[in-house]
Amino acid sequence: MSPEGRMEVLTRQLCAGQLTESTWEHVQQAPPDPIIGVTDAWRADPDPRKLNLGVGAYRTEEGKPYVLKAVREAEQQILADPAMNKEYLPISGNPEFNRLARTLALGPSSPAILQNRVATVQALSGTGALRVGAEFLSTHLPSAFPRIVYLPSPTWGNHKSIFAKAGFQVREYRYFCAATRGLDFAGMVADLKAAPPGSVLLLHACAHNPTGVDPSPEQWKQLLKVTTEGQLIPFFDMAYQGFASGDLDADAASVRLFVDAGLELVLGQSFAKNMGLYGERAGALSVVCKSKEVATRVESQLKLVIRPMYSNPPMHGAAIAARVMGDPKLNALWKEELRGMADRIKLMRQVLYDQLVARNVPGDWSFVLKQIGMFSFTGMTRPQCELLVSKWHVHLTLDGRISMAGLSATTAPYLAEAIADVMKSA
Amino acid sequence: MLLAWSKMQQVISRRVGVHICNVSTSRSRLALQVRCMSRFADVAQAPPDPILGVSEAFRASTSPSKLNLGVGAYRDEDLKPVVLSVVKKAEAKIFSRNENKEYLSIEGFEPFRKATLDLLLGAGHPAIKEGRAAVIQSLSGTGSLRVGAAFIARFLKGSTVYISNPTWGNHRNIFGDEGVKWEYYRYFDPETVGLDFKGLMEDLKAAPQGSVVVLHGCAHNPTGVDPTPEQWAAIADLCQERNLLPFFDVAYQGFATGDLDKDAFAPRLFVDRGLEIMVSQSYSKNLGLYGERVGALVMVLKDKETATRCLSQLKRLARALYSNPPTHGARIAAEVVNDSELFEEWKGEMRGMAGRIERVRGELQRALEAKCPDKDWSFITKQIGMFSFTGLTPSQVDNMTNKHQVYMTRDGRISLAGLNSAKVEYLANAIVDSVRNH
Repeated sequence: MSPEGRMEVLTRQLCAGQLTESTWEHVQQAPPDPIIGVTDAWRADPDPRKLNLGVGAYRTEEGKPYVLKAVREAEQQILADPAMNKEYLPISGNPEFNRLARTLALGPSSPAILQNRVATVQALSGTGALRVGAEFLSTHLPSAFPRIVYLPSPTWGNHKSIFAKAGFQVREYRYFCAATRGLDFAGMVADLKAAPPGSVLLLHACAHNPTGVDPSPEQWKQLLKVTTEGQLIPFFDMAYQGFASGDLDADAASVRLFVDAGLELVLGQSFAKNMGLYGERAGALSVVCKSKEVATRVESQLKLVIRPMYSNPPMHGAAIAARVMGDPKLNALWKEELRGMADRIKLMRQVLYDQLVARNVPGDWSFVLKQIGMFSFTGMTRPQCELLVSKWHVHLTLDGRISMAGLSATTAPYLAEAIADVMKSA
Repeated sequence: MLLAWSKMQQVISRRVGVHICNVSTSRSRLALQVRCMSRFADVAQAPPDPILGVSEAFRASTSPSKLNLGVGAYRDEDLKPVVLSVVKKAEAKIFSRNENKEYLSIEGFEPFRKATLDLLLGAGHPAIKEGRAAVIQSLSGTGSLRVGAAFIARFLKGSTVYISNPTWGNHRNIFGDEGVKWEYYRYFDPETVGLDFKGLMEDLKAAPQGSVVVLHGCAHNPTGVDPTPEQWAAIADLCQERNLLPFFDVAYQGFATGDLDKDAFAPRLFVDRGLEIMVSQSYSKNLGLYGERVGALVMVLKDKETATRCLSQLKRLARALYSNPPTHGARIAAEVVNDSELFEEWKGEMRGMAGRIERVRGELQRALEAKCPDKDWSFITKQIGMFSFTGLTPSQVDNMTNKHQVYMTRDGRISLAGLNSAKVEYLANAIVDSVRNH
């Protein structure tokens, strides 16, 4: 409502002698969040065969949430530790957690780590890291740089909202090729070559959400070249390190490639999936800088972004993550469990593929095996997805994304049946 | 050669505004790799936070007599941080249940949302029964204020937010970072070391209709000066007349007087008058949950339909900030409030904390009166809550820190929670020295 409109409303109210109307009369109902709405719909569904292939939270073979043993053990230690209290963390968070998080991401022998030129702050999981990073860039990129961010098409829905709130103009670069259910690399490169210098380039470090399609190591090398030559600012969103291939180092290869080439970049890390810390909101934002001196100044400014947002971050998740990363026994246990989760997902991909092939569902379903991580972009149309929901009680986002983590050996046949049916009818 | 090239590169960079990277000039043994300037080369070193920076400075000091009266975190008589007994019990219970770590909904932990409304308005309050209180769990007081500020920025575009002079420093930055204009209303009277009620009413009367007014629910930070019940009623009248939107910052409920209901007097008065209000709640101090970041943003609206719409928009704003709030602290808070035994025990612990602060206030006042009888020190016990606004000037504060190793914020605020009986004498001497000689 315009200021004039509001004045009219208020004058009317005054003349009426009392306030009959709410200050918030003009506030519209926001649409439900598409991803979270899927779980809500699944919960409300009374059908016993219902499947939740919506939100990306890992499920066991029995369809249950999974709290890692390493995490439970770490929590027990924290509870029993007499030195633990509930005091505020520093604005930048748990320093031990920050140190371990960036080392996990970049590797202990990374030149950036050895030269002490990474500014790291604890963040509210991946979302928080993205928001703080975006706000920082919006404020502190040289004024001559455009405030433009390039997001892959498609990408996690919240990326757009976050960068827009931080004052960025959002543009897309081609990414998913519907025909191959793979990467439109030529399109991607063309779009990035056309990007104005100084634009921010958002990259999914591994296990692209929602498509599961990642560039190959060769393609990453080419992307490095395009980024460098185009003077783009890489902003990596790493939400699945260790969860994609089962190997923490392999999954961070893209980020490390760029850092080793001497680039400055921004990195958002989430421990929601790889440590199963979802609701504890454990994450980190790192800015890899040219020098230690710059990193010090950058960190001081990151704190100025954080203080008016939430003052200092929640301690519990980071305390757990720090112990899991830092304690050799817990670290080893974690790696084992992480591999277990990644392996189960790979197995689900194989089972679903086999079931689809066995049912002679038309089309080439090999992309199910080629795509990486929790999600598969099936390429199903909106009407097909709607039918999956209404007729088969398979709940998924209407862009055709399914969460492999929500499948089991028992339910995969049912899903294959459902897909076969909707591909015929819709 | 290297210098000339590097200089030329810098000139080009500055002119074009684009940094030229990693140009290798030759493959010879003397290959020059001119590293480009950092993109963040012009990022200035930010000053330390005026409040949190005090604790940093305190930690860095090696003096054995140092005293931290900076940040408002409660300390026991041994000046040690306190984890409430009910918090330890609640945590043990929660842990024994082996609950999962799934994402909360954007609006947060349901039992906590219910508990926080009950605490604020009183269980069974009509506004709650009628479903016209929208509530989202958020990141303690700061996070809740931020979501509220974002809501105001989006839905009351062009409105001005009025904050007390003085107020908690972060208020300015929270609204500022959301692009919301703010102005001061008079609040503290240094003459009386009390409330400038006349100035407050004048400034709020002069505010444009539809402005937002940030009010501290109780235990005003940093002054410790609260309006009387009659003054609160007059402010509520004014808000009604001028259609001002009250935004209560409730960070000390139960911590000010030790009584949860007494401390909620102001927001409840406004709601009972039929006003729509916004409230940010924090459980940092009253439950000692500081680092767990437990709080809530509440909007009490005209009706359920409005509350539904507003909640949907609050969620959207929260989604772009942090997606969903942290589980652990909210579980603890809900456990304590919803368990009748723990709830009673909690009230006792709060009375204990408020009581200790009241006691050291008295001791400090008497010590000051003894050393410096010509000055009126009664404000120390008249002020309420964790903080006391001493009226010390910045140069006097510098003396406190540099000469006496008393760490406090430069606005003259001291946190009584960081004082114990053993240190009263020392502090009184430092204050008197600073007042007399600087």
